[in-house]
Amino acid sequence: MSIAAALSTEAKSGPVGGPSQAPPARKARLGAYLLLLPGMTYLFVFFVLPIFALLATSLYVRVPGAELGVYEPAFRWQNYLESLGSYYPELFRSFGYALIATVAALLIGYPMAYVIAVRSRGKPLLQGLLLVLVIAPFFTSFILRTIAWKQILADESWVVASMKFLGILPPDGRLTATAFAVVCGLTYNFLPFMVLPIYANLERMDTRLVEAGGDLYANGPTTFARVTLPLSMPGIVAGTLLTFIPASGDYVNSSLLGNNATTMVGQAIDRRFLVTLDYPTAASLSAILMVIILALVLVYVRKAGTEELL
Amino acid sequence: MSAPVATERGGGPTTAPTVRRRRRKFSLADKIVPVFAGLAFLYLLVPVAYTVAFSFNEGGRRNLVWQGFTLDNWRNPCGAPQVCESFVNSIQVGLIATVVSTALGTLIAIALVRYRFRGRTLANLLIFLPMSTPEVVLGAALLAQFLSMAMRPGFTTVAIAHVMFCISFVVVTVKARVASLDPKLEEAAADLYASPWSAFWRVTFPLLVPGILAAALLAFSLSFDDFIITNFNSGSAFSTFPKFVYVSANRGIPPQANVLGSAMFFAALLLVVVVQLVGAARRKRLARQA
Repeated sequence: MSIAAALSTEAKSGPVGGPSQAPPARKARLGAYLLLLPGMTYLFVFFVLPIFALLATSLYVRVPGAELGVYEPAFRWQNYLESLGSYYPELFRSFGYALIATVAALLIGYPMAYVIAVRSRGKPLLQGLLLVLVIAPFFTSFILRTIAWKQILADESWVVASMKFLGILPPDGRLTATAFAVVCGLTYNFLPFMVLPIYANLERMDTRLVEAGGDLYANGPTTFARVTLPLSMPGIVAGTLLTFIPASGDYVNSSLLGNNATTMVGQAIDRRFLVTLDYPTAASLSAILMVIILALVLVYVRKAGTEELL
Repeated sequence: MSAPVATERGGGPTTAPTVRRRRRKFSLADKIVPVFAGLAFLYLLVPVAYTVAFSFNEGGRRNLVWQGFTLDNWRNPCGAPQVCESFVNSIQVGLIATVVSTALGTLIAIALVRYRFRGRTLANLLIFLPMSTPEVVLGAALLAQFLSMAMRPGFTTVAIAHVMFCISFVVVTVKARVASLDPKLEEAAADLYASPWSAFWRVTFPLLVPGILAAALLAFSLSFDDFIITNFNSGSAFSTFPKFVYVSANRGIPPQANVLGSAMFFAALLLVVVVQLVGAARRKRLARQA
């Protein structure tokens, strides 16, 4: 609820007649810098510097003859080519899965957000209840819920049995350890991140605009496409980003629900970094992932026209 | 015969002040949307139901297939090795991350909304970037940093990491609240000869409390549920609850893990309900006074 609320107030389409449209712009003062200093220092030391440490590590070179995990500073740009060469399928797969999961989460999440924000408007108790239901899964561990999916999709589960009975799944078909299971898990795990920003946006939407669409003889779908949907764009942008970014870096779903042919780039980074102690490869893969995501986010935010999000 | 009146179908209030919108043609879609949303809610909640149900499952470590109902796991939640230990670790890390990140993030949020200063865009960017960086990258970057500083991964490194990724979320949450405050209130306090300091503590801060509490709750839940960043920065000896569950996934997760997960779920649910009820009661009281 809070992430969503926060993200959506970033977008410019504020409520009509709010208490104060423009924040009171006080002139630069020492006070501002004093307030910023502790937090920004923290982020500098434990976010900015680590990113540079990561970039530096990505260019390290193995010390000849030394034991595993010993590297020395260098500028070996080849590391990038080598990791791209060996892990491009994982990269493609990660972004592919994340994209499908994001689209699926949008298709599933938008109606949920719509029902909570618009259809339940004026019924605070129902609205509160539905919101709690969206947030509730956060409180059981994310890993436990992913394992629950493993049980739901297991070969002997009622879901698989009934799908086989209905002929949706061939008799020898299975759901567990498939790409379907991975995408299903990704969609599931990040669905609340899609619902909440869209909800926060629709919640503040003036329904009179929709009624105006009706008064101008637009039918329901037209009003939706021409009024509601464009108005909710900031929420959709925030939701898709909050879903896509973590989904593309996730490896819990692919390692718990997938198989050897569904590995995602996060798994490769994890394995290289923590198991084979191949820091340069892991670091260069991380850098590649980060750069691609930042590029995608910038293009997307520009296209969607809500730079206010930043 | 006559023009279709606004509310032909039952249920609609006939005393609507203005003419209600025409009955739209696509009443089928009107029905489909809630049904679809209902199914989506089901999708969201079935795994939670599974998690809760399997906390009552009989029969030891391979807690994947239903064996029978028992209350033993709930009577003895620490019965499996390391479950409670990792759970306590998670709570400790979560509390530290919550307190530190809420303090730091609140200060930043106030500065960002209330002041115009040089470098504001840069500050906003520095808040946005950690949220738009995947967890694997954050985890790997921090570990690279800790390795280069020769810091051993463990409790401290995990706590440091958690504070880092919680700050941005605290900032955006509190920022929304600060932005919604009417600055005239503080001006009024100043007119009444309050010093800026006491105006802040007596007027602004109390109004910020709900936002700060929401941010703290968010920070705690993010920290408590984090796996990927923790996995990178915890080393082999230190374990949090999600890491414990993940690591034991191959060998079979003890039902006690489900007990603790479910207990957290119910505790959080209870908290939310209490907050809602208190809020509703307060609104009612205020409405009566007005």
